[in-house]
Order: sequence, then structure tokens, then C-alpha cells
Amino acid sequence: MSAASTAGSVDAGPRRPAGRRKKRDDTRLALLFILPAGIGLLVFLVWPLLTGLYFSLTEYSILTPPKWVGLENYTTMLSDPVFWKSLRVTVLYVAINIGVQTVLALLIAVLMQRLTQSTWLRSLVLTPYLVSNVVAAIVFLWLLDSQLGIVNLLLQAVGFDPVSFWASETWVIPTVALVNVWRHMGYTALLLFAGLQSIPEQLYEAARTEGAGEIQLFRRITLPLLRPILALVLIMTVIGSFQVFDTISVTTQGGPSDASKVLQMYIYENAFGQYNFGYASALSVALLVILMIITFAQYFLTRAGQSDLD
Amino acid sequence: MTTTSAPAADGPRSTPLSPGASADGTGISAGPRTNGASAHRSPRSRRSGRTRRRLGPGRLLAWIVMIVILVITLFPFYWMLRTALSSNTALATDPTSLLPVGFSLGGFERVFGLQDVDTAVAQGGSGASITFWRYLLNTVIVATAITVVQTFSCAMAAYASSRLRWKGRETVFLVFLGAMMIPQIFTLLPNFILIKNLHLVDTLLGIMLPTLFISPFAIFFLRQFFNNISREVEEAALIDGASKVRVFFTLIIPISTAPLATLALLTYMTAWNEYFWSLMVSYTDSSRVLTVALAVFRAQSPNTGTDWAGLMAATLVAAAPMLILFALFAKRIVNSIGFSGIK
Repeated sequence: MSAASTAGSVDAGPRRPAGRRKKRDDTRLALLFILPAGIGLLVFLVWPLLTGLYFSLTEYSILTPPKWVGLENYTTMLSDPVFWKSLRVTVLYVAINIGVQTVLALLIAVLMQRLTQSTWLRSLVLTPYLVSNVVAAIVFLWLLDSQLGIVNLLLQAVGFDPVSFWASETWVIPTVALVNVWRHMGYTALLLFAGLQSIPEQLYEAARTEGAGEIQLFRRITLPLLRPILALVLIMTVIGSFQVFDTISVTTQGGPSDASKVLQMYIYENAFGQYNFGYASALSVALLVILMIITFAQYFLTRAGQSDLD
Repeated sequence: MTTTSAPAADGPRSTPLSPGASADGTGISAGPRTNGASAHRSPRSRRSGRTRRRLGPGRLLAWIVMIVILVITLFPFYWMLRTALSSNTALATDPTSLLPVGFSLGGFERVFGLQDVDTAVAQGGSGASITFWRYLLNTVIVATAITVVQTFSCAMAAYASSRLRWKGRETVFLVFLGAMMIPQIFTLLPNFILIKNLHLVDTLLGIMLPTLFISPFAIFFLRQFFNNISREVEEAALIDGASKVRVFFTLIIPISTAPLATLALLTYMTAWNEYFWSLMVSYTDSSRVLTVALAVFRAQSPNTGTDWAGLMAATLVAAAPMLILFALFAKRIVNSIGFSGIK
């Protein structure tokens, strides 16, 4: 994109006969054109960012105006065991979700690269991504039901005990994580697949003539050359994963006994269950800070900006 | 080397309101059909030889793995349909049959409020009134309004930041780009308070307003495309005396139908599937959208056991329009997924 855009923004050179337009200034028109989006930006993105920070420093129950309390919400938060528990639950969720999803997506992407370019296949792989989290959650609530769910019936058929996926403190987070893997792995695979397209075929051919096997090709060529894209995909998916809410809200509401109470769930509960908007805002700030730290850490650790392909 | 921060930065915003899915729509390039705008090289030309390799044991194994993955991917959809067409009593006695058991359209009848309370309860429903037509209509209104207004408003902003000459253009664009970094979770609560102060809680307008005019990702996406439209064509029109407004409407928009359509499709799907924000804002049928209605339906389970046939019918009704849309435009959507800034 860079070449075209920089060359394009240079004013028309002497070859252009239309010299009169050369220095034309479009400020008024431009302001008119960015007005709708600009208002949207200021009112629904920038303003909330500022008020959100402000609310986190207040006691605010919506019914009465916010009352300034300084850093009280933050000190409460640091000594709030539920906050720490929800943080642990969220991190566990992200670890399982991202771990499994990335491995599977990479597998699908590489299989597609090796097997076929078919748009058909790619469409099928993407299908779960088109239904909402709510639909995915309810379908899996049924598939994984402890009595009539087909998965448990299959487990029993091959001799295992039925697993109460949604009601067990041990299983609930892996279950939610895997449901979201189901919905997102195809999308992630397609992103990685797009990245694989940038690896020159000659590299594989050269390696193959020297007798390299598939596993070696993957380890020596695919993985290192895909690294920058893999890093970006990881940053994106981790950020998304940290914001998990829909699936849990529809299925367990944070239970059993807070075993699936992720940060977002806890924020929602504080705001809409206890009308404690000040504290909920402080929790959001905490989540924001965590996301920023993770993004930067990942970016630098994986050197996302650099490519080995130069 | 231009690793645009787009895909990375964009994570939190681009699916404005469905957490857990926030990577959605990110890193979408303008696609191969767009005038060479993106850095895509045609994959087909480089790989044509590959597909004809013979089917060795390795490839066979690879295909088997692929098929297993596809089964896992698609089976839940089949199970949805199979359950929706079954009756609750038969589901309890014959839960493993691959075909619908005790074939019945009762689930769908309950979803659309076509059954009286007694019949509904007798068939394992909760008997609570649930009228999906209303929710379907609400969802269509919200998703359509957001798609039309947001795409248009972002196209105008993208044009201003790509083609018009004015002081502060780059700065303003950077602000828009920076807004992609704000995670949606952070704006939810303050926006709720804003909507509440505007007395728009429990209205469709309240649901659409935060994403009605702006999606930083959309601006970024379209600007990249506009940047690559040949300047000569535009200059020629300007010399002929057309105004820049006219150029935008009669030249830029028609040329950009493909990326605009792709963007509109993605926006529509995101709006259709959004849940968290709607859950906050809508409380009664008047503003309830499908996703929230589904969650309510699920929470209304009767004491005797969940109305699975009804629930699966409801999820099918909520998902079907997107699946149909996808079936129609699969190629466009699939090809739009990739990275635009990486080369």
C-alpha cells in the first residue's frame, strides 16, 4: 500500500495542464465529509474512554450522580479475592482457548496449503464463524448436556463415565474454551492460510530436491516464515479471547461457584447486578491495562514487525 | 516491510460488541478482486502443479485429518436441524438416533408463537410467550441501519482522508486509526450511561447508535482502497468541471462497489451476531434482538427439562439468515480474509 499512497498524494506535477487546481484546498468539504464519522468517534469512542476513566474514580450507582472517591475502587480491587479469582479464571480460559485454537488453526491452514486451494473447503471451514456466540453456546449446551447430550452418550457408549461439562468446576472453563475454539478456529486458519500464500513455492521445491520431508519443511520453512503473521494473529486472538463474555453469559452465568466467572462477567455483574458502576469501571480499566501490557509484550517478544522473508 | 498495525490494533474494536469474538473482521484485506489494491499475489498461478500430485499415503492421511476436522466443524449444524425437527418426548427416549425422532414442527411453532400455552407445555415448552417474528424484525432493522449508515459515513471519512487536500488530514486519520486500539469492553459501560441519559435505553436507536456512524476499521479498510484508485481518472473528471462531491458519488463509489459490498456484508454479520451491548440496552420485546431473545428463551426452561426442540429451532431461525447470506457470497467473504498491510 505504501508506494501507491505516497506517490498519489503528491500534487499533480507540471505535466498536468490543470494548474488551477494544483493548490486547491478542500478543508471545508473535508470537514463536512468526516463530520458523521467524526461525531461518532468523539461521542461513542473518545468520550466514553474519558468518562470511563472518570467513573472508575467515583462511587456511582446510576440513580445518584457519581461521587468522587479517588483511588478507593482500585484499592478495593487489589484486596478483592473475587477479582483475583476471576483474573485466574480468565487467564486459564485464554491459555486453553488460544493454545488449542492456534494449533488446530495452524494444522488446518497447512493441510489446506498442501491439499487444495478450494474456496469450497475454505467456506466450510469458516461456517461456524458465521453464527453468533449465543447460537454456538446454546448448540453446545445441548451437544454437551449431561443426560441427553450426544457427546456424553458417545462417551458412555465407549465406556467412559458421563462428564458434566457445564456443571463441574474443573470442566467448565475447558468446555467454554473449546466451544469458542470451534467457532473461531476456521477464521484463524484462514488468516494463517493467507499468510502461507506469501511463502515462495520455490523454497519448498528446493528443500524437497534436497530430500527434506514434510515435517522438516514445516519446521524449517513454514514455521519461521509464517512467524510474523502468526505473531499478529496471536495478538489479535489473545485480545479477543480476554474479552470472553457471550458464551458464559448464556450458559453458566459464571457458575458453578464462580468457576467460570471471567473478568467480563464480573464487570457485568457489578454494573448490572449491583449497580456498582464505579467499581465496574475500575475493573474495566484493569482489563484495559492488562490487554495493553500483553499486546506490547507479545509484540516485542515475537518481533511481530519483522519478517524473515526479505 | 509495511507491517501495518491494522490487524493487530484492530482486534478490540472491529467486532464492536461481541467479546470473545473480538478478533472478528480483523486483518481483512480489500481482497484480490480489488484492482490489485492489496498485496495479494494470485495463489493459483503459483500452485497449479501441486493439486495434481498423486495420492500417496501421506496425502491420504492428510485428507482423513481434514475430513475429521470438517465433521467436527459441521456436525453441530446437522444436530441443530435434527433436534429442531424432533419432539421433546422422543428426544428423551431416543437421544442417539441420527435422524429426527418423533418428527414434529412443534419447536418452530413455539418459536413463532403459533402454539397455545397448553399445547406448548404439553410438548415440553415453557408456555411463555416468545415471538421470534418481532425479534427477527428488530434484528433486521438494527443490522440494516448500522450497515447502510456506517458504510456510507465511513466511506465519506475515508474519501476525505484519502483524496481531499486539507490541513490535518494525516492527524485526523491517525486519530481514527488510534481509535481501533480502544477495546470495546472499555466503552460499553460509559456508552450505556450515555444512552441512558439520552433516554434511549430499550429502544432500537439506542442499540444501533454507538456503531451507527463509526467503525475505525471500515475507514482504514476503505481508505486503503481509495488510495489505490488511479488519480488520472479523478483528475479528468475534475478538469471537466465536476465537483469533488460529484466525483465521490459518481466515480469513487461506483468504482468501489466490490470493497464496499464486502465491507457491508461483514458489518451486517457483525451487527446481526452482536450480543453484549444489546443485552445491556434492551429489556422488553420492543427492542429485543435475536441474540438476546435466544438467551431469554434458554433461561425460560420449564421445570420438566429444557425444551431442546424449541431451542434448536430458535437457534436455527437466528442463524439461518447469516448462513444463507454466506452461501450466496461465500467466495467474496472467504477471499476477504487475509492481511492487507503485510508484504
